[in-house]
Amino acid sequence: MRRWLMLLLLAAASLGSPGVPAGEAKPLAEDELTEKRLIAIASELRCLVCQNESLAGSHAELANDLRREIRTLIRDGKSDSEIMEFMVNRYGDFVRYRPPLTGTTLLLWFGPGALFVVGLAALVRYLRRRDRAISDTPLTPDEQGRADTLLQDPDSRQGQP
Amino acid sequence: MIPEVGNFALVLALCVALTQGTLPLLGAHLNRQQWVALARPAAVAQALLLAIAFGCLTTAFVQNDFSVVYVAQHSNTLLPLQYRVAAVWGGHEGSLLLWVVMLVLWTLAVALRSTQLPEAMVARVLGVLGLVSAGFLLFILFTSNPFERLLPGAAEGRDLNPLLQDPGLIIHPPMLYMGYVGFSVAFAFAIAALLSGQLDAAWARWSRPWTTAAWVFLTIGIALGSWWAYYELGWGGWWFWDPVENASFMPWLIGTALVHSLAVTEKRGSFKNWTVLLAISAFSLSLLGTFLVRSGVLTSVHAFATDPRRGIFILVFLGTVIGSSLALFAWRAPKVGLGGRFGLLSRESLLLTNNVLLVVACASVLLGTLYPLLIDALGAGKLSVGPPYFDAVFVPLMLPAVFLMGVAPCARWKHASVRELARTLRWAFVAAAVVGVGAPFLFGEWKPLVALSLLLAAWIVFSALLNLFERVQSTRAGQPFLAAVRRQPRSFFGMHLAHVGISVFIVGVTMVGAYQAEKDVKMEPGDTVSVGGYSFRFNGVREEKGPNYRALVGDIDLLKNGAAVRKMFPEKRFYVASSMPMTEAAIDTGFLRDVYVSLGEPIDKARPDAAWAVRVYYKPFVDWIWGGCVLMAMGGLLAISDRRYRIKARSAAPAPAVTTASLAQNA
Repeated sequence: MRRWLMLLLLAAASLGSPGVPAGEAKPLAEDELTEKRLIAIASELRCLVCQNESLAGSHAELANDLRREIRTLIRDGKSDSEIMEFMVNRYGDFVRYRPPLTGTTLLLWFGPGALFVVGLAALVRYLRRRDRAISDTPLTPDEQGRADTLLQDPDSRQGQP
Repeated sequence: MIPEVGNFALVLALCVALTQGTLPLLGAHLNRQQWVALARPAAVAQALLLAIAFGCLTTAFVQNDFSVVYVAQHSNTLLPLQYRVAAVWGGHEGSLLLWVVMLVLWTLAVALRSTQLPEAMVARVLGVLGLVSAGFLLFILFTSNPFERLLPGAAEGRDLNPLLQDPGLIIHPPMLYMGYVGFSVAFAFAIAALLSGQLDAAWARWSRPWTTAAWVFLTIGIALGSWWAYYELGWGGWWFWDPVENASFMPWLIGTALVHSLAVTEKRGSFKNWTVLLAISAFSLSLLGTFLVRSGVLTSVHAFATDPRRGIFILVFLGTVIGSSLALFAWRAPKVGLGGRFGLLSRESLLLTNNVLLVVACASVLLGTLYPLLIDALGAGKLSVGPPYFDAVFVPLMLPAVFLMGVAPCARWKHASVRELARTLRWAFVAAAVVGVGAPFLFGEWKPLVALSLLLAAWIVFSALLNLFERVQSTRAGQPFLAAVRRQPRSFFGMHLAHVGISVFIVGVTMVGAYQAEKDVKMEPGDTVSVGGYSFRFNGVREEKGPNYRALVGDIDLLKNGAAVRKMFPEKRFYVASSMPMTEAAIDTGFLRDVYVSLGEPIDKARPDAAWAVRVYYKPFVDWIWGGCVLMAMGGLLAISDRRYRIKARSAAPAPAVTTASLAQNA
């Protein structure tokens, strides 16, 4: 709170002070490739102090620090998977937004695919059985009679909607 | 005094809801007309009582009555009036009240607009809605009463979460809840039909416009939430696969399946059981969403364990609703006819396939949302399931569904042939392929996934145009083309408009995902940075004072080719009462791109007049995401306004009136 007040005071004091000579802004990373890799890695990681935000999106201070740390790791020539491993070693699997494939996550990773296959198989089976069930039940004489009258009556015919 | 009136109104509303949920249902079963006739007046009375309760809570907020716990927790004297009103649904208790208010509004709408329905049906539908309402009122009164007093009253309120102090809060939750709760009407129609044993085309026709209306609200509600997150969270993401978002997305997926399944049930009399099951699922998922969001189980399984009262109640309620509906379904479903016959390839089977894909997609989202909770509850560790997982699972499931969207409207009912479909659609496909493969070249880098997405988006549009053309040609009968176009029913245009909405949405998602550019830079006053063909000149920050916050406002010139486009003012706000900082991005919205700037932190904390960390984004086509949702919703509205619902309403209106009159004479 006090820090913020000071910030505001300073900001107010600085208004109207002469502008600094213009220049191209310095990226926080040294080069674009580093920045691209940082974004890619950081969006796979969870910001640990936020409700549910990725490290790429968070404005939290811890996230800023971690992003800086990842930049350093990139500069040191670490590969993406090495950086990921470093983060997981420090914070556990919780930090990864893409859960690793292990015994406990088998259902998570293969569940949707299995559901897809089972769903389509059930659908085809249902359609076949349904087709048979309908064609196997002949009309009773009473129903046949009603169907005939309906077919003869032009008003009751329905066009293709 | 006013909060006590509100509380009393809630208690009375519960009594009315219990009456509405019992006597009309019994009356319809035992054929007792006096009991059946209770349904409508009860619905009106309940709506009035809840309007009073809601009005009382709003008054407490407007008058800053901090002797009410809920008000003291979610408001502050400095909070501007519009946010004090919206703060009514800014927390747990109030959003539940909003839930029930929405429910009674839907109930009231059904009560007033159902004159063409048989009285027994109306009684059953309103009865089921009454039971749902009773459940929620019990929940509010016993675990989450917004009128609870704080003695002695607080001198000042704790203030509303700054994230919520935004026009988004005023409109997003009511829309979303209208959608969520709207599925209760589809649910009530399904249960009423099961109770009466009349699962027929008439039932499908009655419940169809209601279901579409709920779907329209949910679509708009989700889109608003996404747009809100986009401009409020400060880094321009539009969907996070957050459990709370998933909670609203799952009913949407099932609701979409339901809308399509109802179409088949109405037109062809098939899929009745499936439709009923979807109606039950859509509503159950709405309840599950409420449970997930409201029980605290999402933040931590342990938060749920320390105060399990609310969670247990919703869980029992959820169990009762799902259990009893499924039991009823299991009892009645075997007696339901199969409907018309159709071939393995037909519009029916294609719609059913799309339904399966939507349901599997929904189940996958559910799996991903619940999995961390499950693992944690089993003590097998903590893990996060986030966007990379959902993207990997959800997108492949949706690709075939989107492809089928182009095929199904062109396929015949009952029986379609592959050869005929291929002949009809080949040029649409060729054109789509040309667009899909060619378009990415215009944006620099050619990426295979972009090509595939754009192909599918173009496919939807071209096949819709082709379908329109063919249909008009075949029904034209010598008339001028445009006259024949105008004669097509609105629901036909509604369908295609909604599909084109999906196409527009896909373009937005694809383009922003593939060609977004961003830079995270350190800017001294006077510095410039360029991204996506635009330059930004940072002129420093100045201080500003809001009603309940202080802000540091960045002054940035947006330039294109050296010429000034406009000024942009991203803010860093500091809310006084809650001591919370907030980032307010500045966005220049355009048809083909957004330019987005947000202020990070000063590089040196002690010198906010010097360099700042600034993030700038160039986001091509991002507004198409929400534009697509708006088109989907407009498509739904067009479908509801179709002539056939109005004609049926008018021509069928006298019949029930006569029967009630004659029954009244007999009684």
